[in-house]
Amino acid sequence: MANLRSEVRNLYKNLLYLGREYPKGADYFRKRLKAAFLKNKDEKDPEKIKELIARGEFVIKELEALYFLRKYRALKQRYYSDDNQ
Amino acid sequence: MAPLKVLVGVKRVIDFAVKVRVAPGGHVVQEQGVKHSLNPFCEIALEEAVRMRERGEAAEVIAATVGSRQSQDALRTALALGADRAVLVELPGAGPEQGAGPGAGPGQGAGPPLVAAALAKLVEREKPQLVLLGKQAIDDDCNQTGQILAAILDWSQGTFLSRLELDPGSSSVRIQREVDGGLEQLRLQLPTVLTADLRLNQPRYATLPNIMKAKKKPLEVQPLEQLLGGPVPPPRLRVLRLEEPPVRQGAQRVESVPALLERLAALGRI
Repeated sequence: MANLRSEVRNLYKNLLYLGREYPKGADYFRKRLKAAFLKNKDEKDPEKIKELIARGEFVIKELEALYFLRKYRALKQRYYSDDNQ
Repeated sequence: MAPLKVLVGVKRVIDFAVKVRVAPGGHVVQEQGVKHSLNPFCEIALEEAVRMRERGEAAEVIAATVGSRQSQDALRTALALGADRAVLVELPGAGPEQGAGPGAGPGQGAGPPLVAAALAKLVEREKPQLVLLGKQAIDDDCNQTGQILAAILDWSQGTFLSRLELDPGSSSVRIQREVDGGLEQLRLQLPTVLTADLRLNQPRYATLPNIMKAKKKPLEVQPLEQLLGGPVPPPRLRVLRLEEPPVRQGAQRVESVPALLERLAALGRI
């Protein structure tokens, strides 16, 4: 259980860090992140917690993909304007 | 041949998402309090080097930059992305707080010839078989450092890479370059200087745990004079004036074709 606890905390920290670059602002992201974690704060079942952690990790992947795409698109627009879409 | 040693040149630039403003005076852009990050093309070059190491083709990836003390955070990011160690070649007169000083261009003072000269000295010292750079930085958009470096070293060069493969035996590389109107396939003997284009790979994200781990990786600071073994040559370029582009006028809605013609005539367009 203690192990899972630190995992959840790490997940929260990692997401919080990623949220600093969120297009709608870090505050917007933090509020939602906190709400999402608080919603499940009474979860006791280890299996269920693991499932939730996996979902958080999926969100991390999605955010990284979002940031990559945003950067890629910005650069493509700036430097490769005559390319076909 | 043993796995390669790869030197990756990186640059700290104003973040791509920030709207750049000209600072009062009209000679430099506003840098204070503005978010900086690793140049995206440098990220791509670094990612390629790190992937080579992960495949066992490269033994060590060294990230290097030429800049002020603040450029350390670009190197920390590089370490978080997977470089093994980092070297900061520090520009003279750039203290920990001030930037590169007035009169410096948008490229923080060191232009491509100077950066290439410094990297050439680093190559002499570190003896890498491969130097990977971004094709250009998104601040001054010079697109010269790799080419000048290859010329100084008298090495082969491959610019605008969209694919890189190491040949068996590790004595040459096959590359694909993005050139006007198509792609060019080349085979280059090592050692060589390569510069990365946008489509070479998809760089990973510097995650928080990796940034923490990167704090323990070695980062060496070397003054530029010491590396060059003499005084730093004065910059060859002088920025005369920087101007922001004119503000775009908003569109206007007109009721009918005659009204449109009237407006256009009033503006002197027809």
